[in-house]
Amino acid sequence: MPIWEPQEECMSRDELQQLQLERLQATLNRVYRNVSFYRRRFKEMDFRPEDDLTDLRDIRRLPFTTARDVSDSYPYEMFAVPLREVVRVHSSSGVMVNPRVVGYTRQDLKVWSNLVARILSAAGVTQDDVIQVTFGYGLLTGGLGIHYGAERIGASVLPTSVGRTERQIKIMQDFRTTVLVSTPSYALVIADKVEAVGMDPKRLSLRYCICAGEPWTESMRKEIEERLFVKATDNYGISEVMGPGVAGECLEQQGMHLQEDHFLAEIIDPETGQVLEPGREGELVITTLAKEAFPVIRYRTGDLCSIHPDPCPCGRTFHRLGRIRGRSDDVVVIKGINVIPQRIGDILEEIKGERPVYQLAATRRGHQDQLEIRVEVTDQLFYDKMRDQKTLVDVMRRKVTNFIGITPRIKLVERGSLERVGGEVRLFVDRREQASGTEDQDG
Amino acid sequence: MLKVRTVHTYYGSIHALKGVSLHVRPGEIVTLIGANGAGKSTLVNTICGLVPCRKGRIEFLGDSVGELPPEEIVRRGIALVPEGRQIFSTLSVQANLEMGGFIHRRNGRQVAEDMDRMFRRFPILEQRRNQLAGTLSGGEQQMLAISRALMSRPRLVVLDEPSMGLAPLIVKEIFHIIRELRDEGSTILLIEQNARAALQIADRGYVMETGKMVLEGDGSMLLEHREVRRAYLGKGAREIWEA
Repeated sequence: MPIWEPQEECMSRDELQQLQLERLQATLNRVYRNVSFYRRRFKEMDFRPEDDLTDLRDIRRLPFTTARDVSDSYPYEMFAVPLREVVRVHSSSGVMVNPRVVGYTRQDLKVWSNLVARILSAAGVTQDDVIQVTFGYGLLTGGLGIHYGAERIGASVLPTSVGRTERQIKIMQDFRTTVLVSTPSYALVIADKVEAVGMDPKRLSLRYCICAGEPWTESMRKEIEERLFVKATDNYGISEVMGPGVAGECLEQQGMHLQEDHFLAEIIDPETGQVLEPGREGELVITTLAKEAFPVIRYRTGDLCSIHPDPCPCGRTFHRLGRIRGRSDDVVVIKGINVIPQRIGDILEEIKGERPVYQLAATRRGHQDQLEIRVEVTDQLFYDKMRDQKTLVDVMRRKVTNFIGITPRIKLVERGSLERVGGEVRLFVDRREQASGTEDQDG
Repeated sequence: MLKVRTVHTYYGSIHALKGVSLHVRPGEIVTLIGANGAGKSTLVNTICGLVPCRKGRIEFLGDSVGELPPEEIVRRGIALVPEGRQIFSTLSVQANLEMGGFIHRRNGRQVAEDMDRMFRRFPILEQRRNQLAGTLSGGEQQMLAISRALMSRPRLVVLDEPSMGLAPLIVKEIFHIIRELRDEGSTILLIEQNARAALQIADRGYVMETGKMVLEGDGSMLLEHREVRRAYLGKGAREIWEA
């Protein structure tokens, strides 16, 4: 497979370190000048980028930037350029009080499409491909991020966006899609649907499936590959850092090459904040090296993984991220959307002015994730009239949907019936593994 | 080929370079742009050993050269075409070129050959070979300064403001020559205030501001860049939000 930018992607480690140092320096100089959040922090600890950065490791002296910091600077406080230089704004899924808003200059968009072009090329995409993007197009970065990169390569892009699976597979068949971009679970939903309508997957033109958006496993990869007759690769993106294009697997399928000329990655112990040795698993922390509108310094992604420095047979010298193993915080990922269970309580509280006892449960029907919210009834929430009760449930469903973008099933349950651990109700239970487990046996 | 890592340089108590890093790969034209006083020439002088580097590291072809005297740096393969040309105006054109070949002086044949090459490239210099260099026109002096630098058979040519004080048409020619040098295999570090012209021929560029690097990128990317437009316009063009 051709490498999109061999000069960059295959540069020597020595050369790379020099470039990283130069770019880190320029980035620190710029955030110090333009972003009050960073200037304040650097000043507090008496860090002057020009004096105190002599080596890439010196970055360890700087504090982390958290999702909360970004949320607190809602909407534009952390931008490093005036708004008139910003040509695009995205935001992340709403797990905090405020969503995390990120901006892009014209140059950022160019770089972004180029980085996505790199990971798509690595995953097998060429200008001859027809690529169907089933990520959401909108404020989230997934859809448009992949879209621009695929156009950059010159592939024919089908921006089908999320949902309506039957239409997706009709398009896939009629438009002769060769590359499917989706969350791994949605790829399996598609496989189910293909089967259900009696379509022969071998008669589709699919060659590759590019997966992202949620943690997945090797057995899921195997299943996707076997059922859709594709080669499936993993890739990693995060809106606060850029979106898709941060890291992506090549066809060796041995981990995701991190675009190290643009991102400096560290793996830390999520408890102590200590930087861990290569190969150890911990929380991924990223510093952007060439972003203009929204640079981040030591951003804690919350994603657990490891970095592998051993060389890859594909020739790319960039180190590889292992599979994302999960989250280091309370965030749970449902249908590729990040959800913080506590925030759901805040929303429910707004409705009646009282925080109900509740529990989130992720379940899986077939390959589709579902969110169920169980709420214990109280005097306030209890109605004799079924109609009033139904209205209340509707209001809850609507409010939650508006906030997180997933429509949950709301279930009112008896007082005291939710599972308690040490007197406390567990806010989140994951029933997806079991569900798919039984499925496998049945199937 | 050349690697500069977090270099600090002082003029007396003035902190002129504040942790500057830069690199040049073989066969590249890299340009360094920035407003007057940003520290571009200081960086060049530091690389060439004319000003001591107080902190940081300069590596050329894998060796540390930050501590070496200027003549040793020339011997290692870095040649400077200095700002304002600084030719020996009271010597003839030929003598100027011989001075450029100083480090190869024991090999008379090589010096003679190289001089012939320079004359083939710049026929005007051959016509004026016995004339005093000070009597040449600005453009001719610049050609002489470039030829003099090439006489040492450098691996890296550093040009400090080659377009300064020249008429636009001559500037165009000088930039044409620089591009030719690269096409013939030379590696070039070009310091320029004429950012547009420099970026048009450069593979990569760096933007300096008050002794610090603020930007690095492809020539074409920097050409369209806001901060570059600003560096271009000089300090008068501060953005409202920066006040």
